[in-house]
Amino acid sequence: MLKLPVYLDYNATTPCDQRVVEAMLPYFSEAFGNASSRNHSFGWAAEAAVDLAREQVAALIGADPKEIIFTSGATEADNLAMKGVFEMYADKGNHIITTEIEHKAVLDTCKHLEKLGAEITYLKVNSDGFPDLKELEAAITSKTILVSIMYANNEIGVINPIKEISAVAKKHGVLMMSDISQAAGKVPVDVNRDGIDLAAFSAHKLYGPKGVGALYVRRKSPRVKITAQMDGGGHERGMRSGTLNVPGIVAFGKACEICQQEMEAEGQRLSVLRDKLENALLQLEETVVNGSKTNRLPHATNISFRYVEGEALMMGFNKHLALSSGSACTSASPEPSYVLKGLGLTDDMAHSSIRFALGRFTTEEEIDYAIQTVTETVNKLREISPLWEMFKEGADMSSIEWSRL
Amino acid sequence: MAYAERVLDYYNNPRNAGTLDKSSPQVGTGFIHVPEYIEVVRIQIEVSPKRHVIMDARFKTFGCGAAIAATSITTEWLKGKTIEEAAKLDHMNIVEALSLPPAKIHCTILIEDAVKAAINDYREKNGMGPLSEEEELEELEEEEY
Repeated sequence: MLKLPVYLDYNATTPCDQRVVEAMLPYFSEAFGNASSRNHSFGWAAEAAVDLAREQVAALIGADPKEIIFTSGATEADNLAMKGVFEMYADKGNHIITTEIEHKAVLDTCKHLEKLGAEITYLKVNSDGFPDLKELEAAITSKTILVSIMYANNEIGVINPIKEISAVAKKHGVLMMSDISQAAGKVPVDVNRDGIDLAAFSAHKLYGPKGVGALYVRRKSPRVKITAQMDGGGHERGMRSGTLNVPGIVAFGKACEICQQEMEAEGQRLSVLRDKLENALLQLEETVVNGSKTNRLPHATNISFRYVEGEALMMGFNKHLALSSGSACTSASPEPSYVLKGLGLTDDMAHSSIRFALGRFTTEEEIDYAIQTVTETVNKLREISPLWEMFKEGADMSSIEWSRL
Repeated sequence: MAYAERVLDYYNNPRNAGTLDKSSPQVGTGFIHVPEYIEVVRIQIEVSPKRHVIMDARFKTFGCGAAIAATSITTEWLKGKTIEEAAKLDHMNIVEALSLPPAKIHCTILIEDAVKAAINDYREKNGMGPLSEEEELEELEEEEY
């Protein structure tokens, strides 16, 4: 029996895996100790649980457990990394390079740092969603302290050539940071192979709970230092003070362990379902996939349906399908997704896009249902779209005559 | 965004979606798009030549669900009105009829413009000249949607 609504917004968040919930439950009311309490068994039990979780989290990305700093999530980790590096390396310079299509956790942190005197270069991306490595290299100056480029994009799912990007940064002695939130647990991330010095990620994107995440901070070649953004207690090797969220951390660890074991099979299964969904929807006329189709997450696709508007599409199926739209027609001047605009999409195409993100609990039956529902809704809306009518009549869409008052 | 039930009803069951013969002298077509907005609204009216009463009204809209619902309800309201009455449409009446949130008011302005453009198109086809400013500025009397 199909349970409605069907959830296809796994890039926004994932449900907590039941195995993860079970692992964390004892740490709420039985083994509830403070991991910093050194004088009794409650504290020791909590500390041991955190140690195990730190190993599990580190193992997922090929890091050493000592390189994992627990935070409240990826946003905090992004902030800590960028602000921490900016302050710590102020002697070296004030220049940071990133891309136009980063998550707001990075872009808004950049804007904040600009107010504090940082120079930020926002690299453009091509229609596939990738920055140009030559432009990256040309942007590096003697004042450059950090390159921050996401591993996989949350809206279009494309996976950046992080190894090549970090090689450019390393060649010039610049630190390489990556927000790996969408990639960790979904595709193999290895901080050593990929040349990443700082990496931010979050438990709730990989079937763990919300409110816990981590920052990876490289300890060797180079030894990365960051200035703490939170004072008090000196937890997490002084880089992030605050009593540890033990149940959340335990759950994060368990979630990482499961991902590491099941990632490959899960990715294969989901890419088959994703391709089925995508191929079926591409049967509709005037429909395109946004971003690279070759180098991307196995479970995600972003499709524009020309001549219908994204929010109207949402309204057609939001009782039955949980999806996310690239359109945000909620203000007097509606703004389409800056990621899709960054790829060079026109406003109308950016407004007509839907992000599909499958996940661990997605079934083939759900995909069949989604195909049917989206197809019907697109057809229905096109029936009442004046632009679709004109397109079908073969009108030249660039020379439409608008009424004059 | 949570809409009033009425918006969902008109979105799910749009009334008067469709196309009238643009070339007919009895049909007025208003086709509005403002560059800042994504919406495109087309309203057509079929007018009886004797008393200038709107016999039929049709719409097509590219835009969000609220824009679709608002255009649909407007076509219902237009039917049976004289073109003078129809010219008095105030977009805020559409906002009230559908309890639209403030962020969606811009959709209804396009619809008001499309209605006036459709009336003008009809008037021009029938040698009546465009709506005068006074006609446009007259306050709308209380109308029941």
